[in-house]
Amino acid sequence: MKIAVLSGKGGTGKTTVSTNLAKAMGWQYIDCDVEEPNGFIFLNPKIIETREVTIPVPIIDEEKCINCNKCAQICQFNALAGTNTGIIFFEKLCHGCGACTLVCPVDAIKEEGRVIGKIDIGKSENISCIRGLLDVGEPMAPPIIKELKKLIDEKPTVIDCSPGSSCSVVAAIEGTDYAVLVTEPTEFGLHDLKIAVELVKTMKIPFGIIINRADEENDLIVRYCKEEEINLLGRIPFDRKVAVLYSNGKLLVEDKAYRKEFEELGRKILGVKACNSLL
Amino acid sequence: MKICVSSLNKEKNAKMDQHFGRCPYFSIFDTETNAFEFLENAGVTANQGAGIAAGQQVIDEKVGVVITGSLGPNAMRVLHGGNIETYTCQGGSIEEVINLFQEGKLERLESAGPAHSGMGHK
Repeated sequence: MKIAVLSGKGGTGKTTVSTNLAKAMGWQYIDCDVEEPNGFIFLNPKIIETREVTIPVPIIDEEKCINCNKCAQICQFNALAGTNTGIIFFEKLCHGCGACTLVCPVDAIKEEGRVIGKIDIGKSENISCIRGLLDVGEPMAPPIIKELKKLIDEKPTVIDCSPGSSCSVVAAIEGTDYAVLVTEPTEFGLHDLKIAVELVKTMKIPFGIIINRADEENDLIVRYCKEEEINLLGRIPFDRKVAVLYSNGKLLVEDKAYRKEFEELGRKILGVKACNSLL
Repeated sequence: MKICVSSLNKEKNAKMDQHFGRCPYFSIFDTETNAFEFLENAGVTANQGAGIAAGQQVIDEKVGVVITGSLGPNAMRVLHGGNIETYTCQGGSIEEVINLFQEGKLERLESAGPAHSGMGHK
């Protein structure tokens, strides 16, 4: 079972929810926020294996190239330009689709893997922890996210997504069984939450909401959930204890009361997931 | 020889655009026929690599000289790869810019400006 944790707005507590849920429930943790993965700060796993992630990019054999420019014409990403002095390749723009190799009439293009980042596989006590890390200056996160998701097995898994609702989030939540949307009771939180809700609805992923830094009973998120008939899974209070634990790089589940809360939350997610699969 | 000027509109009195990759039009002046041609820039609608798409278009038009405000690093690589000479101008109408070039009053543009400077530019 795959549970995605996303938010719309950044800094609402995706990693707090994901890491604590994983720890409380013994679920596998995967950090798909590959531009700035931070779950390992809290889970502190021992890294067992590191793998490089590559995308296939064209290598042009200038001896064979006849400057027909077919590769540059087919490229949908403007990664190739045909000039009088030969084909120019812009590696950062290449999505690794392979179209140039296919259209080359003289077989002058060979594909070679270009490293864009890495995957760390580790263990933190009872749970396995995996994270992707995109190299600085690299623009494309989805190839790493797709590699990360190949490592997911049958075990329950929490997928910590990046903020927003862009390609990276789409790649991370694709094929998941349930989505947890973490938000905060502010106008910005609500605004971006609505975009995230639209995304999971479009992708037909059942979902529920967690409010972080909740300080009043009937805040704007609670009202929104009631109006839209969205399942409110839980609330993490605006509590000094949370801030202190977090600032020390500690998990909230180190506190007994919070551990119970996250266990409860985990059971609730399993429950709604089970109900959804009956529909 | 064909001279290409990045332009805000498709007429010879239009103003030069300081951007290359995402300028709306290219004004191309042919010194042999003294005729103008105006083309929509393919880079405008590019999701990425606007300067490269624009550069490719200019190469395909068999242009010899490009006059603009500044060029991004990728556009510069493509244009120079196509053996196109690049010049910079402060501004003015297309006609004025071409006259300045023909009088030899424009400076060569040899170093690239920052990438993505034309993004969001209208």
